[in-house]
Amino acid sequence: MANFFTDNDDILFLFDHMDLGEIARVQEQGFADAQQPGIDYAPVDEADAIDNYRRILEIVGDIAANTIAQRAEDVDHDGNVLNDDGTVDLHPFVADNIKRLGQADLMGFTLPRRFGGLNCPNLIYTIANEIVSRADGSLMNIFGLQGIAETINAFADEEIKGEFLPRFARGEVTGAMVLTEPDAGSDLQAVRLKAFEEDGQWYLRGVKRFITNGCGEVLLVLARSEPDVSDGRGLSLFITERNPKVTVRHLEHKLGIHGSPTCELVFDDCPARLIGQRQRGLITYVMALMNGARVGIAAQSLGIAEAAYRIGRDYAHSRKQFGGPIERLPAVAEMVTDMKVRLEAARALTYETSRICDLENNNNLVLEFNPPDDADERKRRKQLSKHYKRLNGMLTPLSKYYASEMSCYVADTTIQVLGGSGYMQDYPAERYLRDARITTIYEGTSQLQVVAAVRGVCSGAFEKRVAEFDEIQYTDPELVELKCKLAEVKEDVLAAITFVKSQGTDYLDLAGRKLVDAAVAVYIGHLFLQQAAGISGPGATAVSNGQQWADYRNRKKAMAKHYLATELPQARLNCQRVQSGHRAALDEYELLAGPVPVKE
Amino acid sequence: MGYHCVVCVKQVPDTANVTGEAMREDGTVNRAALPTIFNPEDLHALETALDLRDRFGGTVTVLTMGPPKASDVLRDCIFRGADRAILLTDRRAAASDTLATSYILSQAVRKLKDVDFVFCGRQAIDGDTAQVGPQLAEKLGYPQVTYLEELLGLSDKTARIRRNVGNGWEIVEVDLPVLVTVLDTANEPRPAAARRVMKHKKARTRIELEAAAKNALPDASADEREAEIERQAETLRSRGLMLEQWNLDDIDADLEWCGLSGSPTKVHRVQSIVLTKEGYTEIPPTEEGLRQLIRELVVDHTLG
Repeated sequence: MANFFTDNDDILFLFDHMDLGEIARVQEQGFADAQQPGIDYAPVDEADAIDNYRRILEIVGDIAANTIAQRAEDVDHDGNVLNDDGTVDLHPFVADNIKRLGQADLMGFTLPRRFGGLNCPNLIYTIANEIVSRADGSLMNIFGLQGIAETINAFADEEIKGEFLPRFARGEVTGAMVLTEPDAGSDLQAVRLKAFEEDGQWYLRGVKRFITNGCGEVLLVLARSEPDVSDGRGLSLFITERNPKVTVRHLEHKLGIHGSPTCELVFDDCPARLIGQRQRGLITYVMALMNGARVGIAAQSLGIAEAAYRIGRDYAHSRKQFGGPIERLPAVAEMVTDMKVRLEAARALTYETSRICDLENNNNLVLEFNPPDDADERKRRKQLSKHYKRLNGMLTPLSKYYASEMSCYVADTTIQVLGGSGYMQDYPAERYLRDARITTIYEGTSQLQVVAAVRGVCSGAFEKRVAEFDEIQYTDPELVELKCKLAEVKEDVLAAITFVKSQGTDYLDLAGRKLVDAAVAVYIGHLFLQQAAGISGPGATAVSNGQQWADYRNRKKAMAKHYLATELPQARLNCQRVQSGHRAALDEYELLAGPVPVKE
Repeated sequence: MGYHCVVCVKQVPDTANVTGEAMREDGTVNRAALPTIFNPEDLHALETALDLRDRFGGTVTVLTMGPPKASDVLRDCIFRGADRAILLTDRRAAASDTLATSYILSQAVRKLKDVDFVFCGRQAIDGDTAQVGPQLAEKLGYPQVTYLEELLGLSDKTARIRRNVGNGWEIVEVDLPVLVTVLDTANEPRPAAARRVMKHKKARTRIELEAAAKNALPDASADEREAEIERQAETLRSRGLMLEQWNLDDIDADLEWCGLSGSPTKVHRVQSIVLTKEGYTEIPPTEEGLRQLIRELVVDHTLG
């Protein structure tokens, strides 16, 4: 039987390469659930937990390959239906896909077991999101919205948690994060939807737009509860269930992800309940939700790119022109290898980010609920918390940016490899490009990711992390040599950072993309070296995945060499451009952009 | 209340990957040389039973006859939601043909008592006989409904079933208990449920524990090994993870009717046939098109 987990060498390799034991330890907090009465599926130790992760991903891979992928073309073709009464009928296949994922217990992926969840780390959820997205990018917009349940779990009171979370875990309900408005897109501080309180009951009034799965049963709504506070501090987060007081006014007609219903919602004095505290809606809760969602989009990007790449690779091999397969043509060979390198690069970065998220989240949980008695240990944990927070502040936007741009590139290049056939609807290549195209836009555009990431890069998080990577001692002389090359380019990046800091904020943002591109090349270069050596990260000494993966590690060495040979010159060029101080796009904008077109 | 459904399932060689060693000298299938899978249509039989239970209440018991490795399909059934699973394993049952197999299964179903439904896949992909289901019905004295595509309704002790008859369908009503064989068009089998997988992945049959003990304690005495097996079995039992295992004595089978002695069928030869095709030709539905087609068929000696 086809399986999108077990047929993917790179995911299987990373599954063994990454230190899942460490993740299982922090996630299971002493494997206490196994001792809890009434819970009969908790792991007893690291090996048991890792075995569970593998089995869970096998189920995801099975459903993705044999059910979801088979239906993706029909779902893309038909889309969902808006009814006259403001309700939405999901495509029957979409509804059934969700039902099956629920039957497989996969809709409470990261929720605690006391609510019926699987208590999986974010990393395993990220892999699952990638696998589902490979089958149907648009389904991830519902499967991948489990961050809503996580947000409820993290910030709502026990009553709300007990009421909603078991239903999420059973797959009975799905959710939506209801944030965007016609005049509040990237700038959520401008949200206007009104929340008002009468006799102790909150009500919502107003319009929301571009709401993914807005027809879902449980809505988390960002609304202005403090009419006198005009910025983000006037916003609170509310929860409401589908009811006649909230209707779908419009379903968007989109370029891609047709299976994902994008709704315009009208709240007509809809009763709602407050999540957590007033005024923390945007600045605390939505920020946390968005960070998780960004990693989710990175995973979606990987899945779509994987699906596209497989067609391109196969076509280059089987299509014969000029007396042989077209992959023998240098230009095609370059496209194919380029796609694969970037795909694996983005996967390395995204999984690394997701892993650090797990370390950060679980460390925070310990500090909040079980603070160590020992003062030194408490201090160490607090420092760790700060370290992870800074690192994630850089890595999350970095992977969302890198993976989504990669996804568009791979989907686009696959069409190029297929040529005329790729442009036709006979192959799913064009669907993959349409689906991939949204990933650089929603959950914060690439440009906004760069704004966030470049601040991380300049804050010292990049330098500190790469210094840790530099400490890793390789025994293979080739890897040692490659590490030296990375160290040289790192100096260029640091020099560019110093230069940028001497300029104004507008130049920081103008140079942002180039600086981020240079930094990410160095970062990913290190990740490839670690994969080639079988070292799971700084501090690890033993080969992480034994003899079984020796050949694959050699392949990763070739990948590392190739990546450095192609990307480092580019990174250097980017640093030079940053240091040129060239700012015509700002200073001479009117001149260069020309007049605004006159509308007839 | 509710209905007691028994589902007969089989672990089969993956016939998509047949190799040269697939058949032994004596003409029986060499299972060790082939990767094994859950017989596809049996998954649909299981789904029919699970769906019936979910809609009308009751329990689903899965029964498989086979070597120790067949425990895999039992675990798979439990992962997907079966309530109880039984491995029928006995060396004396080896080389049973459909007649002997249906006899053995009938003895097992009799032992289960109070059965309302027996579900089987239409046929297994190794023998492709489609005989075991119907033979089992005869041995049990149950009415049989083959080729189920949909269970339309169920009221007390009468089931209403739509069956596919090849060029159409018919709807039949039948009194329980009944044996039903299920087509792969009947439903889409549900996936394994993660929480059940995590709990039941450690479930074992006794014969598996015996094999594991043999590996783990190669130098131990028989008594020591037996003590270790019993200790593990007790631990598993206390957590509801011991899969049941029956032999021919447990089901009061007449040994004459089992295994080789109970099997009149002899396999003559197993042949691997690869069907190939090279493209297709479209023939226009005209006089000239037909003439052209006939000419081609004559040329390649299909006609004349």
